[in-house]
Amino acid sequence: MEWETVIGLEIHTQLATKSKIFSGASTAYGAEPNTQACAVDLGLPGVLPVLNEEAVHKAVIFGMAIEAEIAPYSVFARKNYFYPDLPKGYQISQMELPIVGNGHLDIEVDGIMKRIGITRAHLEEDAGKSLHEDFHGLTGIDLNRAGTPLLEIVSEPDMRSAKEAVAYMKKLHELVRYLDICDGNMQEGSFRCDANVSVRPKGQKKYGTRAEIKNINSFKFVEKAINHEIERQIELIENGGRVIQETRLYDSVKDETRSMRSKEEANDYRYFPDPDLLPVLISEDYKTVVKAQLPELPQAKKHRFKDQYALDEENAAILTYSCQMADYFERVLKESGCEAKLCVNWITGELSAALNKAGLEIMDSPVGSERLAGLLARIRDNTISGKIAKQVFEEMWQSTATADEIIAAKGLKQITDTGAIEAIIDKIIADNPGQVEQYRSGKDKVFAFFVGQVMKEMQGKANPAEVNKMLKVKLNQ
Amino acid sequence: MSLTADDVNKIAHLARLGIDKHDIESYAKDLSGMLDLMTRMGELNTDDVEPMAHPMDQVQRLRPDVVTEQNNRKKFQAIAPQVEAGLYLVPKVIE
Amino acid sequence: MHTKTLIELAQGLRSGEFSSVELTQIFLNRIKQHQHLNAYITVTEEAALQNAKAADVRLANGKAELLTGIPIAQKDIFCTLDVKTTCGSKMLDNFTAPYNATIVEKFNQAGAVMLGKLNMDEFAMGSSNETSYYGVVKNPWNTHTVPGGSSGGSAAAVAARLAVCATGTDTGGSIRQPAALCGITGLKPTYGRVSRYGMIAYASSLDQGGPMTHSAEDAAILLQTMAGFDEKDSTSVDCPVPDYRAGLNNSLAGLKIGLPKEFFGNGLSSNMAATLETAINEYRKLGAEIKEISMPNLKLAIPAYYVIAPAECSANLSRFDGVRYGYRCENPVDLTDLYTRSRGEGFGKEVKRRILMGTYALSAGYYDAYYIKAQKIRRLISEDFKNALAKVDVIMGPVTPTTAFGIGEKIGNPIEMYLSDIYTIAINLAGVPAMSIPAGFVAGMPVGLQIIGNYFAEDSLLNIAYQYQQVTDWHQHTPKGFE
Ligand SMILES: [Mg+2]
Ligand SMILES: [Zn+2]
Repeated sequence: MEWETVIGLEIHTQLATKSKIFSGASTAYGAEPNTQACAVDLGLPGVLPVLNEEAVHKAVIFGMAIEAEIAPYSVFARKNYFYPDLPKGYQISQMELPIVGNGHLDIEVDGIMKRIGITRAHLEEDAGKSLHEDFHGLTGIDLNRAGTPLLEIVSEPDMRSAKEAVAYMKKLHELVRYLDICDGNMQEGSFRCDANVSVRPKGQKKYGTRAEIKNINSFKFVEKAINHEIERQIELIENGGRVIQETRLYDSVKDETRSMRSKEEANDYRYFPDPDLLPVLISEDYKTVVKAQLPELPQAKKHRFKDQYALDEENAAILTYSCQMADYFERVLKESGCEAKLCVNWITGELSAALNKAGLEIMDSPVGSERLAGLLARIRDNTISGKIAKQVFEEMWQSTATADEIIAAKGLKQITDTGAIEAIIDKIIADNPGQVEQYRSGKDKVFAFFVGQVMKEMQGKANPAEVNKMLKVKLNQ
Repeated sequence: MSLTADDVNKIAHLARLGIDKHDIESYAKDLSGMLDLMTRMGELNTDDVEPMAHPMDQVQRLRPDVVTEQNNRKKFQAIAPQVEAGLYLVPKVIE
Repeated sequence: MHTKTLIELAQGLRSGEFSSVELTQIFLNRIKQHQHLNAYITVTEEAALQNAKAADVRLANGKAELLTGIPIAQKDIFCTLDVKTTCGSKMLDNFTAPYNATIVEKFNQAGAVMLGKLNMDEFAMGSSNETSYYGVVKNPWNTHTVPGGSSGGSAAAVAARLAVCATGTDTGGSIRQPAALCGITGLKPTYGRVSRYGMIAYASSLDQGGPMTHSAEDAAILLQTMAGFDEKDSTSVDCPVPDYRAGLNNSLAGLKIGLPKEFFGNGLSSNMAATLETAINEYRKLGAEIKEISMPNLKLAIPAYYVIAPAECSANLSRFDGVRYGYRCENPVDLTDLYTRSRGEGFGKEVKRRILMGTYALSAGYYDAYYIKAQKIRRLISEDFKNALAKVDVIMGPVTPTTAFGIGEKIGNPIEMYLSDIYTIAINLAGVPAMSIPAGFVAGMPVGLQIIGNYFAEDSLLNIAYQYQQVTDWHQHTPKGFE
């Protein structure tokens, strides 16, 4: 039997606000336990929620970017369940009337474009954290995260493979960072994924029973967890079993999913409109203002890069992977005055390699766009060769000096004085009569030997084009 | 409409509300009485009526994104039943 | 001195006739003397005397407000910094809030002297004060009867002169009904007029705090301090607060009063009806025009309320789970045990009944039939008020079907207890303001007249009540033994 996989993703993105969605407590990551949980976050008696305008703003930005309907009227609801990391015994979320309605995101897998539907995106508050290290057999609760604004982005079940799911997740990750609504830090839980996975015989219209896999918080694990779950379900069905609708937890250490029984019992959330909060109205005027402020989106930027800088698909994709990368490129281009090709080669080559090696992101690059532009400008005006430039770059990576300072300090300036080059060439020709004989008898390959000897003698500082030209003249005399 | 003892047990579990065995029947009776009262709502046709969640048609006011709260952990945890190392303690949570 | 009105006391404090410390001491003594009424859960004697001292300094500096130095008491539903706030429940018997409710803060700013925290039905769920973990409050007019609820401690304390005035909260009648049964003046403001921040929630879309006093003028003074926009409460309405005393003397000539025929039907005893008839006649004499009106959907207010309020409370009370504050059961074996036993042991029977009811009404398969249906009826009821108040200026009617009933008389029959809220509940569903003012006696027990106005028409309600109190003296009667 041939099976088809159906995948839908629910992605929780923490919105990068300063304060919480319903309180004035800080959202900064990594504070001492419970030092950023105020009376509202702790659900103390009598305290009340007031909505953060920036959370709404960021949700609307996202809705605009995926060309979704922005609800003119949306409502917060209480989702009722008991859990120690949920202080009020309910989560303030949105049910019937979410702030962002139908939209979409285009992904590309193996060169094929595919449109993934986004059903909705709604605002809600994050829960706290349970710490399972041993406190005499008890669990410790840290509520610093409780009340952090989340935008839960729910896709249609439009993905058919783990690869597509990863592509969608990456695309969404790129988008929220472009929009600057989420820091995208997956280790800190800013971008978290739950996957709904089911299988069905190929050709069947009806969806199979799905399992929800929780807690898969890296691109690598998403692919692994989904593939595992697909295997598990197929094997189960082929052995005469049935998939049951349940929540499963991905264990990245054992690389398997297992049933989460605690979340299963009594799934009756009793949603109803939160009487402490009023309907949120989004006016047409507000939407117009947000739309005008929307940054250039990844897709559009990629197309523009291809057209404007004559880039191929691969380079355009690399340079527009993040807003920071694209900005870096455009700044280097502008400040160096070089042609695009040279900038692209350096950024995707030398710079990217160095960043990778150091495990750094472009915004943390020790060599900023200004210094790199200064270096490339010296290649452009023939002050140094590309080879010397690599040496200068290495120096720059270790220091804060500019290219010009390094070139001056180390005397790396190219020798363009033809007299000096001529003297060296004459000396090399005189010292190597055998090779001269070979060259003159038609062995062109020996030419490279002469270039190498001259460059070596001049410690790489000669302009290679000049050396070539002059060598040809002398050898052919 | 009447509720059985079993119904009451189910609702009580949803609400995490411990109820004395001996009181279950009396809750079932009281709740059934309340439900009887509520069936009277059916007298009225409300097909074209919008549900009303708030007395006035107000809209949500938005708060500027500013951190206004300071660390008050000591004060908040002074009234907590069990804390250690700044954490609230509960019986082991099994996922 | 304890029978003086707030204005008289404020004048006495200013003229130096007596000090706030002396006044406060008199009330503290009375509280001790009449402990058997059980009106207070907590008496803050030391703090009260200290604050009275500070008030005397302020008075001497000429920086006093009307409430400076006046001994008041808070319903124990309002959170008070460093003073226990129990909400009438075992669940919060050990709870001291790390903050003040907004209105408590406002009274502190005004220099009022808090005597203590007043008894109430547990989590404001009750109409007789019999559901309090701290025991029933006795009605000073007849200590075998209930004071009403849920602000029963407030009503009894004011009626017995154990405080000059008090605060209450009203979700389905909890200010007006005890005010009526104890013969005092009570005002439930428009929903959103008084901040709910720090007021422990029962049913968030219905709850509203308000003053409980001897007279309409006193109520105007208290409301002046309590009312106003609060940025900490999303449902607080940002609309200017008028000077409530400024319009008290306006003439009532031409005032159109509507009497809903639904309020004067079978349920109302003939003695009560006759008393109210006399009161309404006074308004005729004051120049008002009386019209019979009809509000056909009021009859469904009780079923709608007993879906909506329990539904909201079922979620509001989920935070009491034994983890961060409040009652925690002994030696929980696991998480579920911690929750069920802490909540099972910490909450009383009426609270549990309502949590169960609300949980049921919201649960899968019943939400539309109960919760949504009730919200639709809520709209129809609110439209009844809108339509009526387009035709008349105010609506009048009874507050309660009977005078105070006996302690123990209805507590065994919750449905019967619920039905006694028949005249007050619809007002909360609509969110309009309403008052109860003393309007006479039946067999020695006080009877309240209810005055219902349009949104934010508290000033006109106070004017209408005040004018009546100029020509009658029902509000000046004091129960025997408390003179
Ligand atoms: Mg979800
Ligand atoms: Zn969610």
